[in-house]
Amino acid sequence: MVGTALFFLFAGLAIACAISMVYHRNPIYSAISLVGVFVALSCIYVTLAAPFIAAVQILIYAGAIMVLVVFVIMLLNLDEDRPHSRLHYLYALGGGLGVLLLAQTFFIFYSVMRAPNLPADQTVSPGETMSIGRAMYTEYLLPVEIVGIMLLMAVIGGVILVRKLNAPQLELVVEKELELRNEEEAKDGLGIAL
Amino acid sequence: MEQVLKTAFPFIVISVGILLAFQGVLMIVAYTVLAERKVLGWIQGRIGPNRVGPWGVLQPFADLLKFIFKEDLVPDKSTKFVYFLAPMVALTCALLPIVVYPFGPRIADPLSWLVPYVSGIAYLGDAVVWIAEQAKNMPLTIARIDVGVLFVLGITSVGVYGIALAGWSSNSKYSLMGGLRSSAQMISYELAMGASVIGAVMLAGTLDLNGIIQAQTQSPFKWFIIPQFIGFIVFLIAAFAETNRVPFDLPEAETELVAGFHTEYSALKFALFFMAEYVNMFTVSVMCTVLFLGGWYVPGLSYLFEVGSIPYALVSHVAFIGKICAFLFLYIWIRGTLPRFRFDQLMNFGWKFLLPVAIANVILTIVVVFLLNR
Repeated sequence: MVGTALFFLFAGLAIACAISMVYHRNPIYSAISLVGVFVALSCIYVTLAAPFIAAVQILIYAGAIMVLVVFVIMLLNLDEDRPHSRLHYLYALGGGLGVLLLAQTFFIFYSVMRAPNLPADQTVSPGETMSIGRAMYTEYLLPVEIVGIMLLMAVIGGVILVRKLNAPQLELVVEKELELRNEEEAKDGLGIAL
Repeated sequence: MEQVLKTAFPFIVISVGILLAFQGVLMIVAYTVLAERKVLGWIQGRIGPNRVGPWGVLQPFADLLKFIFKEDLVPDKSTKFVYFLAPMVALTCALLPIVVYPFGPRIADPLSWLVPYVSGIAYLGDAVVWIAEQAKNMPLTIARIDVGVLFVLGITSVGVYGIALAGWSSNSKYSLMGGLRSSAQMISYELAMGASVIGAVMLAGTLDLNGIIQAQTQSPFKWFIIPQFIGFIVFLIAAFAETNRVPFDLPEAETELVAGFHTEYSALKFALFFMAEYVNMFTVSVMCTVLFLGGWYVPGLSYLFEVGSIPYALVSHVAFIGKICAFLFLYIWIRGTLPRFRFDQLMNFGWKFLLPVAIANVILTIVVVFLLNR
């Protein structure tokens, strides 16, 4: 009974935060609401006996990714009243995706009702750190390796993008850019002349 | 009636535990502030606060009363909701990790000595016998969760919001600069901190704080500071940066930023930030103690007292608090000794020195653990 009450408390909190995230026009409020959604979700994970997922949810989504988002919003200082008239076609897209999500939810309800009602196996504890680690490095080793390679690629890409060039290199890059631009301008000029 | 009480018993135990733990931690934190002013005074050849109470012992309460009765100024152009939310977030995230601290070892039979005193009384006698039976082997932790280390790291990383949002919502350039600096600093040093923890976690083979202490009691080195010395140093430096303390107190560098992110906060709201900083110091000291100094474990104590007896638990608990106080003293000592870093030095140090060293330590530990377990 306590579990059900807690579920409805945190689920309600998550839904309220999600609505507030979409509703607010100020990006900072939206970001804070999204953090609220993450915290509520991680509370639900705890009630589902998955403490590792809950802690990682907080650590990565709320603690790292959203901090960066808030950081960027603070640095950019976005205008509050930007025009939103050109976003009309997105309403249709959003509505379509919403209907799709609803259909998916009903399908999950349907398949859960169809499935045989088996008692839970008390010996396995899939939410614990040990079982997650064991599964990651035996059964799901290939996806883990692929994700590792992709993250490594992202790290190297990031380093290359922000790499500082020394003065002669920088001059070379600038000269090349100027040459390209001159060529393009010459072409454009030619196009107009023709 | 009896059935209701028996059902409610675990909740009562947790409530009492929360009350004791939070009150104890807040008292230690309050006296850390006094100790800081005293020790800084001695380092600088002054006396320090000595007006309120004998030897200044009532100074924290006087400070608190002052904070409560001061005028609470709110900047006119601030974003009100976020402005009020920020100190609450900061203090909540600072206090939450208390629920997973391992305050001491399990006591085999803590309350049975009470039974003879109350055996004659009608209802109380039975109740005490039942409670003593329940209290056997009760852990001195409020919530034993499987992922204590991750929980503490996660909650402290959420604490950045308090500072960042305070800086943003105050609508003041000094606050904004302080907030940005501190978020950048905390994000950078969180990585080194997380990487330095991995070594100790790998040696223990668990993320549970109690489990890490148990692993240290059985390890040949007794305390993980010996095999994980690099990890310990990295953790300690990152901890200073995480808590915004000297020499990494860039977010509130008074010569540049007035008071940083809390420039526009006054009265009790400022006190919340102030408390959050000191509670955070306590938290990282606890983590350092548990991960590298064996938590409540005193090597050789099991020869003096039986494991699980009340004196064993008491001495262990006192040792735990003593180790934490040693770290808190280190904080104050370094504040009285070192000057502040420049911001680019801070970033270079964090990313180009501390993080590679922490990762090298992880790789080294992996290799050694792998070779030893083969």
